[in-house]
Amino acid sequence: MNPTATPVRRQLHPPPVPASPFPYHPGSLLSVGDLSLDGISLILTRATALENQDPLTRDRILAKRRVALLFYESSTRTRTSFELAAKGLGADTTLVSSLSSSIEKGESLKDTGLTLRALGAEAIILRHNASGAAWLLEAETRLPVLNAGDGMHEHPTQALLDLRTILAHFDPSTKSCHPERAKRVEGPASQISPPHSIHQVTPETLAGVTVSIVGDILHSRVARSNMLLLPRLGARVLLCGPKELLPDLAALAGPGIAIERDFEAALRQSQAIIMLRIQAERLAGLQLDLEEYKARYQLTGQRLAAHAPEAVVLHPGPIIRGLEVTAGVADGPQSVILEQVRNGVAIRMAVVERALLAETAKGGRA
Amino acid sequence: MTALAIRGGHLVDPAAGVDLPKDILLKDGRVAEIASPGKLKSANGADVLDATGLTVAPGLVDIHVHLREPGHTHKETIATGTAAAAAGGFTAVAAMPNTLPVNDSPETTRWMQAPERGAVIRVFPIAAATRGSKGDAINDYAALKSAGVVAVTDDGLPILKDNIMREVLAAAARVGLSVIQHAEDTRLTQGAGGAASMNLGPVSFRLGLRGMPPEAESSLVERDIRLVTELRDARAHLHVAHISTAAAVAAVRQARRNGLRVTCEVAPHHFLLTEEHVGLYNTNAKMNPPLRSAADRDAMIEAILDGVVDAIATDHAPHAVHEKEVEFENAPNGIIGVETALGLCLRWLHKEWKMPIGRVLSLLSAQPAALLGMKGRGTLTVGSFADVVVFDPKAEWTYNAREGKSKSRNTPFDGWTMQGKVRWTISEGRIAYERAS
Repeated sequence: MNPTATPVRRQLHPPPVPASPFPYHPGSLLSVGDLSLDGISLILTRATALENQDPLTRDRILAKRRVALLFYESSTRTRTSFELAAKGLGADTTLVSSLSSSIEKGESLKDTGLTLRALGAEAIILRHNASGAAWLLEAETRLPVLNAGDGMHEHPTQALLDLRTILAHFDPSTKSCHPERAKRVEGPASQISPPHSIHQVTPETLAGVTVSIVGDILHSRVARSNMLLLPRLGARVLLCGPKELLPDLAALAGPGIAIERDFEAALRQSQAIIMLRIQAERLAGLQLDLEEYKARYQLTGQRLAAHAPEAVVLHPGPIIRGLEVTAGVADGPQSVILEQVRNGVAIRMAVVERALLAETAKGGRA
Repeated sequence: MTALAIRGGHLVDPAAGVDLPKDILLKDGRVAEIASPGKLKSANGADVLDATGLTVAPGLVDIHVHLREPGHTHKETIATGTAAAAAGGFTAVAAMPNTLPVNDSPETTRWMQAPERGAVIRVFPIAAATRGSKGDAINDYAALKSAGVVAVTDDGLPILKDNIMREVLAAAARVGLSVIQHAEDTRLTQGAGGAASMNLGPVSFRLGLRGMPPEAESSLVERDIRLVTELRDARAHLHVAHISTAAAVAAVRQARRNGLRVTCEVAPHHFLLTEEHVGLYNTNAKMNPPLRSAADRDAMIEAILDGVVDAIATDHAPHAVHEKEVEFENAPNGIIGVETALGLCLRWLHKEWKMPIGRVLSLLSAQPAALLGMKGRGTLTVGSFADVVVFDPKAEWTYNAREGKSKSRNTPFDGWTMQGKVRWTISEGRIAYERAS
């Protein structure tokens, strides 16, 4: 070894991902890493407050403010819930999707963003098939950008709504989750918020809790956002899947992350299980034996009853019934999948509000 | 042509073993006389450059640049690319063939060297090893060599097929040309979902980008070395372009111990930066081969310091601003480099890692010139070409890409501190670059 090599590394090695990318607009949400624990607590608090607020006063909060949804990929849940969230706060929304706009004619992301800004958009919600696209849009427009999923990278609002869902079922005294703890999703939105849900999060909030993320980790932005978020609250994240979809180096993505390739062993340790879809559109030539995959990783009623009878089962959707989960599990008592969808609207109201009020609300709200 | 006398400078000519105060007289494009200070005998009537306090050295030689002409003149032209190179102290560049059309013919080779292109320094074309750089049919190397080609390569792409690479090495050896390999096993870097865009590792996973494994480079270097071993009797010369991984360097080191003609070059970004410099999708940190791990980067520094590396080459790869202002995975590969190579090498290899200035300059001139057989260049002895760089070795300055001579400004080194400021670059006796003092 040449001793002269060491000082180089010390002087040139930059920090991995900046925890607080200060040049960004304070209202932007590009990565879960952008949020402090206080910032997360504030979003959880506002989500519940907005959810419980009278819709007739709530829609004055962002009355006539302009929010653009820019979608380069198809989406049901994310797009609709962002739109309902923005409209629920009174904002005007417009949707630009890649298949019905000048994007089809070759307009760049930069020019599309600048055009939306010139049309009066005050914030842009971006779903894009390229990792990092949200950073580019932010840098070029200087508008608050909400990352609604960038390639295989991140999906921060999904992680926040997953967190809200887990917390709603979490009993801090026993460090366990109870599927029946939160009220079911039937009934008006204003009545479903769990009364004792946690809003203030700390590095110990989820200490002792294990969350398994199962399936196509490699291609999943939901997995990345969750594995970066949950350990900051003390949770242990277990990643589970075959090597093709879960490379060993995934464990190096951050602290509190481990790999457990034995699905049933992962289930036995977990209080919450996040099942992921096989992303056929991103497999890129990977040969995957789906029958073998199902044999090893499908969440069946039998497996759940035998190894994780108390855990809550999450899925970011879209579900491919009969592949990663059986219909019985998706519709079963441990599934909180539709609660996730509903929590999506509340969380997205909070982040849209944050995006547009960030500059006037510095110092935080109670 | 008028004569030019450079007086009062300190001559560093590593190939000749000179490191002394010397005056030097250039006449008719050649070095006419070298003498102790004030002792030039035949300098009467010559224009005088006062090099007091400055270093006088053989003009730098970059054996890996993309001048983009013909075909991609919005990125760079032979005129702007050579002007940028001259500003960086270079007097000769070897131009890669991945232009439009690909340079696989004597006609294109001659066209590139024509005076109408406006080159301010010497351009040595490198031709495509295979027709259209498609990796299938071998070009006529004898004809290309007569037209002025100094090496063959399919750079930008590898010569992937074993039998083709074997033929390329053998055919090039027969006419005395070097084969430059862009060592990338594209079967490992280009999936059906698109090309990988950075080094494979924890950072690529975290950023959600498809990664290029280091083995994609080292396995092809190892394959090529096996072929050179088979062709030992033919004295085939393999030169590994822009080497970037510890494993590939180890393979080259071993091949050299085995007496094979295997050489390699390293680009400044590969001995200075790591994959972490991609940061949050900085497209000016995207190139091929990609920025690697810290361990690989450290191996490049070691290999330079211990002599395994034969040349510093920039892989100067201009791209227009709008081409880089896109999603990371859609951005083209490459960064510019000719205006920062000397400044970075002196700042880091010399100042930081204590490499003697003569050895740094050798890696930037004598060795690359010898490697591609550029006779009479890379050294300043009487009779050699009057290719000279005069620079202030102590001056520190801050690089501002907007002020560069290149048409493009895609560089991760914008705002970096450089050491060593070029005062004059003289190409075959003519001043190709002069900085206002």
